[in-house]
Amino acid sequence: MRVGLLGRKVGMTQIYQEDGTAVPVTVLECGPCTVLQVRTAERDGYHALQLGFDDKKRTRATQPERGHAKKVNAEPKRFIREIRQEQPADVAEGATLTVDVFAAIKSVDVVGTSKGRGFTGVIKRHGFKGLRATHGVKRMHRHPGSSGPSADPARTRKGIRKPGHHGHARVTVRNLKVVRVDAANNLLLVRGAVPGPNGGYLMVHQTNKV
Amino acid sequence: MQNKLMELVEQSSMKPRIPHFEIGDTVDVHVRILEGEKERIQIFNGVVIARSGEKTREMFVVRRIVQGEGVERKFPTHSPRIADIVVKRSGKVRRAKLYYLRALSGKAVRLKERFPQGKLGTAAEAKAAKAAKRAVKVEAKVAKKKAKAEKKATEAAE
Repeated sequence: MRVGLLGRKVGMTQIYQEDGTAVPVTVLECGPCTVLQVRTAERDGYHALQLGFDDKKRTRATQPERGHAKKVNAEPKRFIREIRQEQPADVAEGATLTVDVFAAIKSVDVVGTSKGRGFTGVIKRHGFKGLRATHGVKRMHRHPGSSGPSADPARTRKGIRKPGHHGHARVTVRNLKVVRVDAANNLLLVRGAVPGPNGGYLMVHQTNKV
Repeated sequence: MQNKLMELVEQSSMKPRIPHFEIGDTVDVHVRILEGEKERIQIFNGVVIARSGEKTREMFVVRRIVQGEGVERKFPTHSPRIADIVVKRSGKVRRAKLYYLRALSGKAVRLKERFPQGKLGTAAEAKAAKAAKRAVKVEAKVAKKKAKAEKKATEAAE
């Protein structure tokens, strides 16, 4: 089974290993997640587990949401995602998965939504260098410069990097080491940063990076 | 909720108790050092000139003068490598960061001593010292009285 869970980013801090090395960690509150549905190749064309995390008030949920949750005797969920499986997983609908599933996992991939940055220029968005600060540069310090040749194509080529909306997009961080699994408090500590703000929803699954 | 979980993780990586020391204190920092297979404790002595960060991220800076050259080391307070912090002398300072010491040399670097428990050490010690002083005084008084009485007695006998 490809192990995965849904969770929430709590924040970053640092902890010490026994030899005194400080490890930068992100604290994730992972699970418990309810298996809302099991997708099978016969019916859906692929194998997956549909997980739900974080209960929602019934009055706030729509009728379809309530009905979907009721099928497995669960509360409606705020965050629902599927974990793709290669083989049919031996998990029944309505089962609860806790952070224990990561006990034997060494590293994970984390999928989240990055912090939105609004409309930004090319320097922040694409890492352009900008123009010089002096030597006659006139009010063009953070401009992109040329966007291509002139008369020959007589148009701007497709895919030129421009200013625009930055952030608030799905981001996957791969191969983060699992530092600690705290089953009592549903906490998963991974080394390094994960996308999104504190409190943002995340999907965590075992890494597919070899 | 979020903060509570954070607290939980940070507490797990913090020492239950760190020795009390303040800015301006002269301290011995006992640092664990691995030499091949053996572990040894090295002592770094100097004045605490800064503390920064909180919880597991807390650091402190110790400054000392080695052969006329200022040397500073920054230690993570909660690191398992720090075996102990022993306060040798407390300094009287009015700032949280003593970076001005970097510009000073020679006698100017010295800080006026502060006595957190009063000049005579701990409260119990102070009390004992006071009692001893009083005993000496009382003894002297008694001796004087006795001498006077004896003198009077001899005079009367004459």
